[in-house]
Amino acid sequence: MADHGINKARRRFLVGATSVVGAVGVVGVAVPFVAAWKPSARARAAGAPVLIDISKLRPGQRITVEWRGRPVWIIRRTPEMIARTRALSPDILADPDSRQQQQPAYVSGELRSLKPEIGVLVGLCTHFGCSPLYRPEPDAAEPGSDEWSGGFYCPCHGSRFDLAGRVYTNMPAPTNLEVPPYRFLGDAIIELGEDGELS
Amino acid sequence: MSKWLLALGLLIMSWMAHGESGMPVSRSISPDINDQASLQRGMKLYVNYCLGCHTLTYQRFSRAADDLNIPRALMEDSLIFSPELAFNDPMHNALEVEVARQWWGSAPSDLTLTAKLRGVDWVYAYLLGFYEDPGRPLGVNNTVYESVAMPNVLEPLQGVQTLGCPEGVSRVLSTPEKCRELILVRPGSLEPAEFERAVYDITNFLAYVSEPSRLKAQGVAPKVMIFLFVFGVLAYLLKREYWKDIRRPGVNE
Amino acid sequence: MTAPKREEGQSWLGARFPVSRLWREHLANYYVPKNLNIWYVFGSLALLVLVIQVVTGIWLTMSYSPTADGAFASIEYIMRDVEWGWLIRYLHTTGASALFIVMYLHMFRGLLYGSYKAPRELVWILGMTLYLILMAEAFMGYLLPWGQMSYWGAQVITSLFSAIPWVGPDLAQWVRGDYLVSGVTLNRFFALHVIALPLVILTLVVLHIMALHEVGSNNPDGIEIRQHKDDTGKPLDGIPFHPYYTVKDLLGVAIFLFVFCGVVFYFPEGGGLFIEQPNFESADPLSTPDHIAPVWYFTPFYAILRAANFSVLGLDARLLGVILMAGAIAILFVLPWLDRSPVRSMRYKGWMSKIMLGLFAISFVGLGVLGVLPSTPERTYMAQGLTVIYFAYFLLMPFYTRWEATRPVPKRVGR
Repeated sequence: MADHGINKARRRFLVGATSVVGAVGVVGVAVPFVAAWKPSARARAAGAPVLIDISKLRPGQRITVEWRGRPVWIIRRTPEMIARTRALSPDILADPDSRQQQQPAYVSGELRSLKPEIGVLVGLCTHFGCSPLYRPEPDAAEPGSDEWSGGFYCPCHGSRFDLAGRVYTNMPAPTNLEVPPYRFLGDAIIELGEDGELS
Repeated sequence: MSKWLLALGLLIMSWMAHGESGMPVSRSISPDINDQASLQRGMKLYVNYCLGCHTLTYQRFSRAADDLNIPRALMEDSLIFSPELAFNDPMHNALEVEVARQWWGSAPSDLTLTAKLRGVDWVYAYLLGFYEDPGRPLGVNNTVYESVAMPNVLEPLQGVQTLGCPEGVSRVLSTPEKCRELILVRPGSLEPAEFERAVYDITNFLAYVSEPSRLKAQGVAPKVMIFLFVFGVLAYLLKREYWKDIRRPGVNE
Repeated sequence: MTAPKREEGQSWLGARFPVSRLWREHLANYYVPKNLNIWYVFGSLALLVLVIQVVTGIWLTMSYSPTADGAFASIEYIMRDVEWGWLIRYLHTTGASALFIVMYLHMFRGLLYGSYKAPRELVWILGMTLYLILMAEAFMGYLLPWGQMSYWGAQVITSLFSAIPWVGPDLAQWVRGDYLVSGVTLNRFFALHVIALPLVILTLVVLHIMALHEVGSNNPDGIEIRQHKDDTGKPLDGIPFHPYYTVKDLLGVAIFLFVFCGVVFYFPEGGGLFIEQPNFESADPLSTPDHIAPVWYFTPFYAILRAANFSVLGLDARLLGVILMAGAIAILFVLPWLDRSPVRSMRYKGWMSKIMLGLFAISFVGLGVLGVLPSTPERTYMAQGLTVIYFAYFLLMPFYTRWEATRPVPKRVGR
């Protein structure tokens, strides 16, 4: 230690090494604090799959159930409603073939459902999260459009969706309504939030 | 100055040691929350014999399934009895508090934290400590919980014990304190050693339930300690390197 | 070791905010005696623990419910359902104890080397105020888990106010907001614990450090390094805080964190001292646990309170206990004026000071141990004896520090 010179390389190395290890430590400490904001076990328990009996749901009707704090609609479409939805021109829909990831992979086609007659949709407008109104008939008053085939109409900013939850073109809402994961347990029971072997 | 630190350290240590001593109990056990087989047996026993009255309000079935490696289907079929309870629910029961009050005079307590509140040794000694006492309303008493208001639910397994004098000690000649040994008078379905293991399993399960996060803490702890050690070594080298300036002759003379 | 780039041209920020001036005045050109030893690390550590407490505290607030019905369950919710909640809580509970350990060592350092003597009286007084507020902060925080120990501890401490003549009972009730400690008390303690007192504490920390940097650090020899400067005005026995003491404190931080995390991960209950057994049962206003004692860091004063079991001069035992306890803390504030010694450091003081400081340390730790234990007649006698020693250290200080022979203090720091 008699020399007056400073071993600069060693000093630089030690400063660098300590800084790097210290930075790793800071990131490590941040992990629990960031993770603590994830849904807790209680929230996850409350968000567990729910079973819905649809045996009493009559054609043309809709029921609203709560899943993970959000309204989920289940509608039983009549053959006439199905035909009307299928007949819609792709030109007036923003995403007629559901290319945007707003539904599980196993849900496809114009009707965006596992069974043509049963529609399952998250009842929140993809614009700013209002809950749209159910206007299943083409003559429903508010929408007032020539090409309106019946569906959902958001009262907040006027977005329109068809009976499969597909958004019309030139609407404030950017994408189709979300389809939650679900599966059928027999004919009359839907398990919402659980898609089992399908996923 | 190191003498000061040493003296202080010794004082603090003797003080800590005192804090640990609790209620005197005859038996001491060490729970092992990594022994999954024991915890699984303990949970099964708890659900069959205890959960009917004593809830575990803060413990979810699903958490136990994860931690103890019990498949969900098995848990739902054989450990969740009440139809109102779901897999993610806390371990509740169907007992109404008011009904319980009428039966036993007080509602059975929740046992989620009992292993922390009373200590595992106490729980273990308590479960082994029931004996026949005709003077009590339920016909039983307990060596660590005088005038207990709970029946010995494990009696079918344990059999019946009484308090008696150890062999070679005469009841007439000796003081009553000496004649407080538990003697098995009617065997149950389990051998005494098997029964003690069953009680150990229940106690172990309650130790787990009192702090399930301990499992996670055990997993993380060594990594944190190793990391801090490495950081400490680097910090030491860094400090030594810079302080060479101060020790160097000529700089401060 | 100053930051050269900052010296040359001012940055955008530098032209608007005294970044480089603060950096120079408090770190790079802040000269600290070169002979500071291990005792001087605890100030930085106290600041570190305070940061830990603030951050973990904010996170706990996110999941805690300050109601009599929900508080206890919300702690278990944090311990079980919130991801990593157990770690955040244990960091906070262990941090509270760690803060007091570090603070007591920091204060003892002050006693050892006379850091309270002129010109550092204000540093000491600000520090003592900080200690007092932190005791209030810790006490209020301890009620929040709403366990049996929390509840009855708060019950006893708030009852201390009722010993004050005339206004006492009304004052105690006013503090609680109810006839007993209740959900109302919990709500107001929560508000004080999470926002009001932390604001005061942070302000005091800044004032404490500013006052210190104005007069400069003391050192184990008690030499005033600013009296011997070189031609450029730098103290000859001083070295810049950065990098020398930043790297030294960093080592201290690493060692501290190693011990701290060891406790957090392996013994978070601290053998029943950091989290007490009765606190695993929800508060029950109808039944007191068999043995209640405050958390360990209050027990020296609690033992003094209990030591008063007789009445003097028309003061009943209860009021006397409260006066003694308050006096035990208050007397620390006037310490700078009790010490009449011409020297600061214990190294150059006489044998009487050394013995008295040793006795004081023993009495403080001894009272702490007695305060944890259930009281018996013998222990009460011991506590009374130790209380006498505690006060003797301060009250006799003006005499023994003047009478005793001191050794001459060197002009410069030796090597």
